[in-house]
Amino acid sequence: MAHILLRHRDIPNINQIDVYKKNGGFEAFKNAVKKMKPEDVTNVVKNSGLRGRGGAGFPTGTKWSFMDNKNWPHYVVANADESEPGTFKDREIMEQNPFQFLEGVALASYAVGANAAYVYMRGEFWQVAAFLDEKIAEMEKEGFLGDKLFGTDYSLRIYTHLGAGAYICGEETALLESMEGKRGQPRVRPPFPPSFGLYGKPTVVNNVETLTNVPLILANGADWYKSMGTADSAGVKIFSLSGRVKKPGNYELPFGKTFRDLIYGEGGGIMDDRPIKAIMPAGASSSLIVADEKALDTQLEYAAVRTLGADLGSASVIVIDDTVSIDWVISKTIHFFKHESCGKCTPCREGNHWMLNVVNRIEHGHKPEDVTLLLNVAKQMQGKCLCALGEFATMAVVTGIERFPQDFKA
Amino acid sequence: MSLSEKYPKEVKRLLSKYPPEYKRSAVMPLLYLAQREEGYVTKAAMKDIAGLLEITETEVASIVGFYTLYHDEKAGKYRMQVCADLPCALRGADQFLESLCGNLGIKVGETTADGLVTIESVMCLAACDKAPMFQMQGPDGIEYHENMTVDRTMELIEALKKSGEAK
Repeated sequence: MAHILLRHRDIPNINQIDVYKKNGGFEAFKNAVKKMKPEDVTNVVKNSGLRGRGGAGFPTGTKWSFMDNKNWPHYVVANADESEPGTFKDREIMEQNPFQFLEGVALASYAVGANAAYVYMRGEFWQVAAFLDEKIAEMEKEGFLGDKLFGTDYSLRIYTHLGAGAYICGEETALLESMEGKRGQPRVRPPFPPSFGLYGKPTVVNNVETLTNVPLILANGADWYKSMGTADSAGVKIFSLSGRVKKPGNYELPFGKTFRDLIYGEGGGIMDDRPIKAIMPAGASSSLIVADEKALDTQLEYAAVRTLGADLGSASVIVIDDTVSIDWVISKTIHFFKHESCGKCTPCREGNHWMLNVVNRIEHGHKPEDVTLLLNVAKQMQGKCLCALGEFATMAVVTGIERFPQDFKA
Repeated sequence: MSLSEKYPKEVKRLLSKYPPEYKRSAVMPLLYLAQREEGYVTKAAMKDIAGLLEITETEVASIVGFYTLYHDEKAGKYRMQVCADLPCALRGADQFLESLCGNLGIKVGETTADGLVTIESVMCLAACDKAPMFQMQGPDGIEYHENMTVDRTMELIEALKKSGEAK
């Protein structure tokens, strides 16, 4: 099947504006601005079943329809903070298929009546930001961005904004704080960004991959998109496959394939043909799944993965084989979350600090009571923080200890 | 010399990205600009940015302290930031980092005697399928180096050393 998001794999040089245009580029945006009402654009996206690809899986069109039309101006912010360990899909999209992503930003902006959109990228994407700036300038030059587009009254400008190394800025309200020139600490929600977002104005925040779906949905229709994937999860998804597999990388698949298809089909199986042990389907934030036959035959879609006691999240699938001990895995994830906790909520800030201390003790001289203590600290953090980071930090810890007890014996 | 004297066009361009009443949003790009020459943000630069944006120096310093890509102390000309997070570590990043440090005769966080390279261990850089990998933060911004070996990394350092001597 031809790619829908990673189209550069089928069409060489699609990151050049002429090639993009020759392949139908900007037609959906031009058609929407000239012939469609903004709410009709939102309705097509709503009917397509597209759900947010950043991890939460919230219906995209529904999010757009929440924008407060009594408060102006409106903003669109593309979340390109991609910082979850195991996720590396948005970078490939922006480097290789940038115009489709930017056209998605433009369509979202038109749908919600925004005249300014920002692409918030993690600071490490310095080279990608410079590249996108060039692409935005080319779009302005050719009349796809700027004032009075296509002879209408609609105007739009897109700007890039670089973060500076903080995982928490992937959380949408922390991202908005960061864009406002503050420390990236999450806000209390509600209000949610569609009523109180950037500069206190209604704002749609969407992941890069989510927005990259939009031009083809508008071009081919909601039914076309819905015909792919499953009833629960419409369309296609990029799976970032990493860890102990032979061929790590990004794989675009319709929802509904299995873990086995991804890991043994696309990924070529486990390094050195070792037995597979565990799967983390949503990066470091993920619960650890015991990789038995049932798990391997489970469909890759939001609902089915939940039956395994995990979430699909951003579909950053980390594969762990039998050479790896789970106590080491959770020491890595705890170390990450300890570093990335923004410090605002006490249970997350202190909990991660103590989890790191205890897991270090477990790694160097094992006492059975330390495992109980670690589990105890993790469970005390759950459900007590403003954003999901405090929750994510405990997922691998709790499921690791409960599902792989043999790796925590002295 | 202040930032707006040194880089007048750049400062103007950065400020123009945001609504004039919310110019505080420019604090992050301005800090990158301030860091360009010395590799860290000086007290004078923080004061300068605070003045430009009409916020306090403490507010600027709080941004420098919060985000990992801003530095308030001098280090090597290049910061070699190796990702040692879970996905990279599953593909040998820890061994790569250890062996690189051994070759350079320094520990993580230390700088080579010539002041050229500081080795740091950092969190995920979104290149998990291309481990071992690192980014180089230097005067010209940030550059990714993926699917690396210790030998190729040592060659890269050697080349940087030579290009520095040539200048």
